[in-house]
Amino acid sequence: MIPAPFDYVRAGSVEEALAALRDHGDEAKLLAGGHSLLPLMKLRLAVPTHLIDVGHLRDLSYVRVEGDVIAIGATTRHHELETSTVAASDAPLLAHVAGRVGDPQVRHRGTIGGTLAHGDPASDLPTALLALNAVIVVQATTGRREIVATEFFLGFFETALAAEEMIVEVRVPRTGSVGWGYEKFTRRDNDWPIVAAAAVDGRVALANMGGTVLRASAVEEALAAGASAEEAAQQAAEGTAPSSDMHADGDYRRHLARLLTRRALESVAR
Amino acid sequence: MQISMIVNGQTRTDDVEPRLLLAHYLREVCGLRATNIGCDTTSCGACTVIVDGLTVKSCTVLAVQAQDSRVTTMEGLSAPDSELHPVPAAFRAEHGLQCGFCTPGMVMAAIGLLADNPDPTDREVREGLEGNLCRCTGYHNIVRAVRTAAAAGPAASSVPSDAQVTA
Amino acid sequence: MSILGTRVVRTEDPLFLTQGATYTDDLTDERLSGALHATFVRSQVAHGRVLTVDTAEAARASGVVAVITAADLVDLEPLRGYSFVAKTMVRPWLAGETVRFVGDPVAVVLTEQRYQGEDAAELVAVDIEPYPAVVRLADSVREATLLFPDAGTNVAKTFGDPRPKDFFDDCEVVVSQAIVNQRVAPVPLETRAAAAYWGTDGRVTIWCSNQGAQQVRDQITEWLHLDDGLVHVITPDVGGGFGAKIGADPEFALIAWLARHQGRPVRWAESRSENLVGMVHGRGQDQTVSIGGRRDGTVQAYSIEIVQDSGAYPWLGTALPSLTILMAPGVYAIDEVHGSARSLVTNTTPTGAYRGAGRPEATAAIERAMDLFAAEIGMDPAEVRRRNLLPAFTEPHKTPTGATYDSGNYLAALEEVLAAAGYDDLRREQALRRDRGDVYQLGVGISTYVEITGGEPDEGGEEHAQVEVHADGQATILTGASPHGQGHATGFAMLASAQLGIPLDKITVQHGDTDRIPEGGGTMGSRSLQQGGAAVHQAAGELIDLARQRAARILEANPDDLIVDLPLAGLSVRGTPGTGISFADLAADEPLLVDSTFRAAAATYPFGAHVAVVEVDTESGKAEVVRLVSVDDAGTILNPLLAEGQRHGGIAQGVGQALLEEILYDDAGNPLTSTLADYPFVSATELPSFELIAMETVTGMNPLGAKGIGEAGTIGSTPAVQNAVIDAVAHLGVRHIDMPTTPMRVWRAINEARSAAEATGTES
Repeated sequence: MIPAPFDYVRAGSVEEALAALRDHGDEAKLLAGGHSLLPLMKLRLAVPTHLIDVGHLRDLSYVRVEGDVIAIGATTRHHELETSTVAASDAPLLAHVAGRVGDPQVRHRGTIGGTLAHGDPASDLPTALLALNAVIVVQATTGRREIVATEFFLGFFETALAAEEMIVEVRVPRTGSVGWGYEKFTRRDNDWPIVAAAAVDGRVALANMGGTVLRASAVEEALAAGASAEEAAQQAAEGTAPSSDMHADGDYRRHLARLLTRRALESVAR
Repeated sequence: MQISMIVNGQTRTDDVEPRLLLAHYLREVCGLRATNIGCDTTSCGACTVIVDGLTVKSCTVLAVQAQDSRVTTMEGLSAPDSELHPVPAAFRAEHGLQCGFCTPGMVMAAIGLLADNPDPTDREVREGLEGNLCRCTGYHNIVRAVRTAAAAGPAASSVPSDAQVTA
Repeated sequence: MSILGTRVVRTEDPLFLTQGATYTDDLTDERLSGALHATFVRSQVAHGRVLTVDTAEAARASGVVAVITAADLVDLEPLRGYSFVAKTMVRPWLAGETVRFVGDPVAVVLTEQRYQGEDAAELVAVDIEPYPAVVRLADSVREATLLFPDAGTNVAKTFGDPRPKDFFDDCEVVVSQAIVNQRVAPVPLETRAAAAYWGTDGRVTIWCSNQGAQQVRDQITEWLHLDDGLVHVITPDVGGGFGAKIGADPEFALIAWLARHQGRPVRWAESRSENLVGMVHGRGQDQTVSIGGRRDGTVQAYSIEIVQDSGAYPWLGTALPSLTILMAPGVYAIDEVHGSARSLVTNTTPTGAYRGAGRPEATAAIERAMDLFAAEIGMDPAEVRRRNLLPAFTEPHKTPTGATYDSGNYLAALEEVLAAAGYDDLRREQALRRDRGDVYQLGVGISTYVEITGGEPDEGGEEHAQVEVHADGQATILTGASPHGQGHATGFAMLASAQLGIPLDKITVQHGDTDRIPEGGGTMGSRSLQQGGAAVHQAAGELIDLARQRAARILEANPDDLIVDLPLAGLSVRGTPGTGISFADLAADEPLLVDSTFRAAAATYPFGAHVAVVEVDTESGKAEVVRLVSVDDAGTILNPLLAEGQRHGGIAQGVGQALLEEILYDDAGNPLTSTLADYPFVSATELPSFELIAMETVTGMNPLGAKGIGEAGTIGSTPAVQNAVIDAVAHLGVRHIDMPTTPMRVWRAINEARSAAEATGTES
């Protein structure tokens, strides 16, 4: 219930944070909202010796239009994204999903950068960002690079983010009034999804159907070939490797993937 | 390391370990023990307080993260020997508490809910309180309490900013 | 206008809503200054032999004062807990030889500061050679592995005899079903906590979060072999108990022992993860029910065979099947009723009492059986119930299982709840949706129930109260009850206020301090108002008599001419206003105080009926409770606001069991639901607001006419919801789904019914 001891530094700038990351390497973790990291640390499943607090870097908190994308600063809280008028008009799927993460208190603290870096295959926002074809901008002392969402999630709680890198921005193509759908299946409203499906602009992403959030490419191909929502959704479990746990076994997850994909696509059409 | 913040209107400066949870800082360093800890997975919300105007689960915030912040706990809502703040008043009127353990967090979460949505439906109240667990009341009277408090208008979601409340 | 029966807000609340209540971990009593913090090291293996417990590194850690293992507890004998526990199944204070469940305490670390405890506990290296883990009841029954080899068996207790072979011979129809009443976790929001301080007078003061200080005092005195009078127990504010905080936990006694051993006060407050493995679990019965009768709907015979999960060490849960058997026939007039049970040990957390404690299991079983019987004969489940309910009675009624119900009107409860629910409309809506083949189907579930509160079947309980009026006009009530959210301080003050005329805000009710209140039964089993309140009522009455004698002398009047003058809060001479004297003035020279013990003639039997309406998404299997309508008749209601609160909370826990909650273990005995992130504790979004109907059928067992209400909601709602979910998909061929009725279970049930229908070529 109490984290193991660690050293703490509050970074005054991105540069400071990156320098600290470089100096402490694998033993350091960035702290933004802390609502992915601190729960792990409290159970001592994560034991970083250095925490670098970037949660106060207000320069990294913004939601703004930049040409044909919405640029979202990495320390933007879910609550800010949920209530952002820019997000509501230009990427409504994202605004909606930001409002589905956890509960209000969690949404007041959790950040988009933190959620992405955590790499949880059962996470709402990464699922939506994958469906939106978002681009993740990361920075190290050596410079910046951009990673498209389809190449960001590598494995179970493993992302393409190197130890010395920090997410600084997420760029989401503006989808405007194009139809979207998000189906999140839980036992209780507040739970992590047993399975979730996000659909927008011909793309479908799934949560908790494998070691990472993933795109339902067979569904997308079927849609592109003119299949109906119902037909295409039948392919939702293709290429997935859902785990069995106390909430659902593999069979049931595959069923949910098909069901939720169909319903998300039906929302798109409405 | 040294931290300072404003807790229930009073500036405090203390020397703490980086890993000290805000919940323990409030309880054991500030002596404000109304805020309770009911779990270790950020699930139950009993530890909910308001930091810089937003409800947070203080068990999942390090005290050091709250440097320079304004923090309000349930003790900061109602001055001693005077009328209860509209939200706790409503909780009393509607019997929205039994054992009282979830109550401080529930009251603060309700204030946050009303700040976001001053006139919620029953369903919106339930969703707004999805981060707060209660075993005693079955939530029925808590929902009534929040609806009753909503009728009090903006006072229900206000938090005294300079309340002189001693721990 | 009497205050009795009115909605009075609680006197406890102003403090609770400003500074907050004071729970055990909040205590700043100066006796605890400098207290050591205790952190337990618990087994991570479900069953095994303890090879080594290496404490050396932990002992060197920062702030560590001591690391205690079984080897240090030389003057303590293993624990029996209850008299029915076999001597061969005793429980060690700290496991030194064998660990028997994940969570079994192996060592305790004492540190100067709280945070240091977890750091040091991590450093204690426990080496265990695993034995096969006996996790499922079926495995325990097979007895391939014994938890207690010296016992020669895994059976901790048996109840009843085998069912006669010809039991159902006269029945046209017999239906049998295996039912699981699953293990759940009580999860009071306040976890367990205790603190101990030894004074220079050789006495120990123990603060603990518990439902009855007096019982804790007696148990710890016995467990630590102390002389009577040395143990002083105080229960501060308690953040929920629900039965799981009945009786002392071994940890409490260990904390006291550690404090003496170290010569310093010691305090302990467990984390939630520790609580989910360390606090007793509830329920945990595998049941086989059989119900037989005629096609006209008459139930003639019912049997239930129970295998109760005791967990690793027989504790209170082991004994609960006796209550299940006692209440097996429920509200029905069934001629032949048979029940038998065995409690077995498994390598899991010990089971104890949890809201209803043995009675929800009985109701869930008979209510499932009634629905199964109804389905078998093609009769509406409400009608089957109507045909079999015991007719209304006001004189005690003895059942085949030996319970003596005090008063009941089961038909009225059923008809009221059906009317309030709009039963016929619901069935019409259901039929419409079925015809249309809607994805979202409606399910209607009924339960009619009766339960036993306030004592054993053959004897009522007793409770003590002291009422004192002070010279300044204030009054103090001491009660042996032990409220932890029920509002007894308000309720008992209402009783005294109604009798004495003293305003509520001048009455203080105290409990939970064994030096002030040496005798008491605590708050559990829904006993407090009917016994504790009755004791207050009785004491107040006796105080009036005492006051009358005193007033007679002072006023030079005949005691028989003195009547209670409520506005005066005293006594006046009949027919002569302005001649009175207040109780306060009567206390001017000597205390005006009465101690009284109320003995109930027998237990009482509250009853009721619930209707649950659920919507099931037949594509996913997910069920949502859209309405919960209930009648819970507990006799005379003292304060409807408080009574409703008890019903709400009980109903929520009942819905939680039916729909969501279950403690799960993997095959090796590792807990899978040991955090609140994993254990699906029912939250606000899974519940509707409830529709409560008032009904009061008084009991003759106490002057208040009150029965217990604390557990009724839980007992009634669980089967109503379970039945509703099954009802929603019954037209698809589903006849039973075990609790919790998870989406996956419902989905599977639909699929299996569909496959079965296809296999036999039948349409459902």
